Amino acid sequence: MTATALTAAQAGLVSCETCALLSRPADAAEPGHCRRCGAKLESRRHHSIQYTWALVVAAAICYIPANVLPVLNTTTLGSTDSDTIMGGVALLYTTGSWPLALIVLVASVMVPLGKLIALSYLLISVQRGSIQSNRERTRLYRLVEFIGRWSMLDVFVDTFTVALIQLQPLMSVEPGPGVLFFAAVVVLTMIAAESFDPRLIWDSSARGRHHV
Amino acid sequence: MTDPGETVACPECDLLQHLPELAPGDKARCPRCGNTLASQASEPIDVPLALTLAAAVVFIIANTASLMGLSAVGHHASTTIPGGALEMWLQGEMLTAVVVAFCAIIAPGGYILFMLTVLLAVRRPPAPHWIGELLRWADSMQPWSMSEVMILGILVALIKIAELATVVPGIGMYAVGGLVVLFTAIMITFDPREVWKRVEWTDYGAEAVR
Repeated sequence: MTATALTAAQAGLVSCETCALLSRPADAAEPGHCRRCGAKLESRRHHSIQYTWALVVAAAICYIPANVLPVLNTTTLGSTDSDTIMGGVALLYTTGSWPLALIVLVASVMVPLGKLIALSYLLISVQRGSIQSNRERTRLYRLVEFIGRWSMLDVFVDTFTVALIQLQPLMSVEPGPGVLFFAAVVVLTMIAAESFDPRLIWDSSARGRHHV
Repeated sequence: MTDPGETVACPECDLLQHLPELAPGDKARCPRCGNTLASQASEPIDVPLALTLAAAVVFIIANTASLMGLSAVGHHASTTIPGGALEMWLQGEMLTAVVVAFCAIIAPGGYILFMLTVLLAVRRPPAPHWIGELLRWADSMQPWSMSEVMILGILVALIKIAELATVVPGIGMYAVGGLVVLFTAIMITFDPREVWKRVEWTDYGAEAVR
């Protein structure tokens, strides 16, 4: 593969995010639409940093009630037990299925927290114009995009547990308010990852080289 | 005006580069950030079309058949995917129910529907330009289509409930497992570049902007 040292933006070109066709827009600020697929052209995702920060902050706020409030309320013969996410992990652990406890712990607690930290780090490093470890940062972004969906695991577990255990008056399970906040964390961090533009990671290095 | 040829910009780092001709099975990676730019499948339309048709059938089974059944002291219960979302709704968690329905039913169903339309329409070139819009919709459904997360969620729920009562996995659960395999196979064998090569260009475009 041959590579020039230029990025599309430096060459005055815009790559279509949908079909990858390169266009040379008449006006770089208003590139218009892709001639092949009709998608709106953008050299970089619109207000990428601001949108991503807003979504990360919103997700971080939801992360607290998601972990503090119960996700499941189990009623057995009149007495009710409430379980938070960590409570569910502990329950799985004490009933002997520690591999499952580990999967839920990673997917529900560590992945969302890791995503918030990783996205904040990417945003700060881009804003500070970092030119170091671009490749590693791009890889980190790819990882965030890839693992994000797995956090939805607990929402599915809760849904099917609630749907199946409706054995009134013997035993019934109801969803707690934590589920909504937890689902919100997953959805918000997924949209945040989508609104972040990984090309920004590389822009600082390009600017540096061409201004020197 | 640019003649695109096979010059592309990496979608992840924007580096301009020339894509060489690829033989079936080849992959092209960006030399700067390592992103996979293109991979050449041997049958980029017909194989994914067959797989998508199979996925449509399996999707219907997955959404209608019982995921698992439970029996405890004379009680019997079973649930389906729409049944799970409905129960969440009835229990007052409407927003969560919508998220579950979207990730478990609407996104995978939409992905299958849009892909099926695109793959059928593209078989006779020149392909109509509205395919672009549909392929974009299929693309945006893909991250939200969570069959593989759901199958793990069903398994965890199954093992959790097995502590309390006897649970039996149903046909729906196996169908969700089948969907996971089919979706992966579609993504591996489908090459969107092949679709774009056959698409009729839209008129309004970057050049027309003043």
